[in-house]
Amino acid sequence: MQATESTPLLAIPEPGLMKRFWNFLLYSRVLWAWVFLAPTLIALLVVAGRPLFGTFWLSFTDASLLALDEAQFVGFSNYTTVLSDPDWWTAVWNTVVFSVVSVGLETLFGLGIALVLNSTFPGRGLLRAAVLIPWAVPTVVSAKMWTWMFNDIYGVVNHILVLLGVLEQPVAWLANPSTTMAALIFVDVWKTTPFMALLILAGLQMVPKDVYEAAKLDCDSRLKTFFSITLPLIKPTISIAVIFRSLDALRIFDLVYVMAGTTKGTATMSVYARQRLMEFQEFGSGSAASVLIFLIIGFFTVGYLWLIRPSQRES
Amino acid sequence: MRQLRNFLLAGVLGLVAGVGASAHADAAKKITVSCGSNGIERDLCIEGTNEWSKKTGQRVEILSTPNDSNERLGLYQQLLSAGSADVDLYQIDVVWPGILASHLLDLTPHLSEKEISEHVAGALNSNKADGKVVALPWFMDGGVLYYRADLLKKYGQKVPQTWEEMGKVAKLILEKEHAAGNAELWGFVYQGRAYEGLTCNALEWVASTGGGTIVDDKGAVTINNPQAAKAIGLVASWVGKKGSITPEGVLSYSEEEARGIFQSGKSIFMRNWPYAWALLNSKDSAVKGKVVMTSLPSGTAGGPRAATLGGWSLGVSKYTKNPKEAVDLAKFLTGFEQQKMRAIKGSFNPTRVALYSDAEVLKANPHLKELKQVFLSAVPRPAGPTKTKYNRLSAEFWNSVHAVLSQAETAESSLKKLEARLAKTSNGGKW
Repeated sequence: MQATESTPLLAIPEPGLMKRFWNFLLYSRVLWAWVFLAPTLIALLVVAGRPLFGTFWLSFTDASLLALDEAQFVGFSNYTTVLSDPDWWTAVWNTVVFSVVSVGLETLFGLGIALVLNSTFPGRGLLRAAVLIPWAVPTVVSAKMWTWMFNDIYGVVNHILVLLGVLEQPVAWLANPSTTMAALIFVDVWKTTPFMALLILAGLQMVPKDVYEAAKLDCDSRLKTFFSITLPLIKPTISIAVIFRSLDALRIFDLVYVMAGTTKGTATMSVYARQRLMEFQEFGSGSAASVLIFLIIGFFTVGYLWLIRPSQRES
Repeated sequence: MRQLRNFLLAGVLGLVAGVGASAHADAAKKITVSCGSNGIERDLCIEGTNEWSKKTGQRVEILSTPNDSNERLGLYQQLLSAGSADVDLYQIDVVWPGILASHLLDLTPHLSEKEISEHVAGALNSNKADGKVVALPWFMDGGVLYYRADLLKKYGQKVPQTWEEMGKVAKLILEKEHAAGNAELWGFVYQGRAYEGLTCNALEWVASTGGGTIVDDKGAVTINNPQAAKAIGLVASWVGKKGSITPEGVLSYSEEEARGIFQSGKSIFMRNWPYAWALLNSKDSAVKGKVVMTSLPSGTAGGPRAATLGGWSLGVSKYTKNPKEAVDLAKFLTGFEQQKMRAIKGSFNPTRVALYSDAEVLKANPHLKELKQVFLSAVPRPAGPTKTKYNRLSAEFWNSVHAVLSQAETAESSLKKLEARLAKTSNGGKW
């Protein structure tokens, strides 16, 4: 340290202020990082930041879709309206039930399918493509399709279940909240399991083959190999997949809206917010509901990130 | 070389001429109309506006809008609240004038007393907001009862005049048909899903039993009354598992699901809109020629009949750049000749009283003769007095009725809670 201070290795003359400024401009990594990030940041501010801020602002006003310009600041009254509305809490509960059950089932089935697809067998490529079909069908189309299949009188679901003897007589699946919720979860699992399977498959293919060979030499059972090698190694992938899916499931709208409409018993948070915004023209309270959805999803995200943090530190 | 030059010159001249021609065309004013696009609706809209273009020399452009009426309302609200002049003429639902009135032109000064009186009173009144006519009725709808004439005849039953009678007839026929092996037959289907259609259905039960129209003309909430509870309770008592009159699935039916069941021969009675008539009698229908369309039963013997008024109107945007032409087009499309053409070609029920006794219209739509009375006395949903809050009221109402139909609550307690909620929503009946 002392040597460098008194006698520099290279005798560079003390640069002038201008020169130092230039050097800073040219060589400062921080500055250039900002320059290169700027377009993205500006784009994000315009397309995501501004609407988000707009929603925050609207949630503190009495704006109506019919007279957006005449909005007056009303403080937190929209939030008290939404939070004291029992329908909102039903919607929150519906969303949480839907998300937990559907994501849980999707993870289990996705893992199973990924394990099968990861093994070598003839026609594997074809099967991998075929598995993706439900996911490729647009949600509104598959929701409409399943609505007809779940019809109580001429739906194919009842027909098959009665034929197989599972049911004694047809069930009106979409008539009451609990069976409707079951049907919604079923369709979502049908649709999104391929996505889960694909993500987990990607994780499985990153597991190095040599660890399996080592396990084989140690004569470990298949089950033990799975739990002590495969699962820990793909845990980060599964965590990411679960986060993706949960965030998606928490804002579920299309499937519920098409299959069950705005029925209170199955309405999710997004359906609730849309009803207030568009059908009731209440941009104030609708925006408040949207902000609450944002906060709830944010809360879940932070929670998940906190949960998976230690495991990443280990690795 | 010379040839090429001439060719180029000709081209340039042609271009100039083309520009000149289009500049000339721009002198004609352009009116944009939003039309529905269900089935034949769009074709008839094009036909009508073309005729007007020919007559006046103005141009008309047609905007396609979503079929789902809730989506359409959302789109209109976005356009109108932005003060957009892109659309001059809006096709609006009969329950929207209250919601959209502040963005629509007052048409009253453009209408004579005579012109107003030519429309069915109920249809025209629904298009008033604060006493001003904000839209012109274009075509109308009303709930009707379809029944299987063959089954009623087979068991010697008369057409039921009251709801209770209908329940009894349905039960009797069901028992015999089930015993005879027709196990999949049901008695009565309607629109029971929690949506606007249920509001229309339940309003008919309530109004025909003397239970009022949820909210009265002055805005006071009237729904919590014994007649209303009796009407809704009766229909709810029919819903159930096999052996009941109405399948549980009715709680998820909209128009098309109900029609699907009736048209495949699996129900004796159905409440629906007149549109189903043509489809029930189409080539591949299982009930072709076996169905009769009539007015819905009453709540009491000899009592009132009620059909919920539906339909669409044309309103002129306040932000239009060509109000004169837009109003003229609205009046043209809702005029006698256009409504007649639409009634004959597309079975759109006219809003002009005179057309209900027009020979050509009746020839194409023989059922209109019987439906005339239904339509002339159709019950409007309380959109007028509830103004911008109609959708809130309707959602509260259909949710309360849905709870009773699904046996989660009794009619009495559900209506009592509804009254309290509506009192809060309406700010004590002020809306």
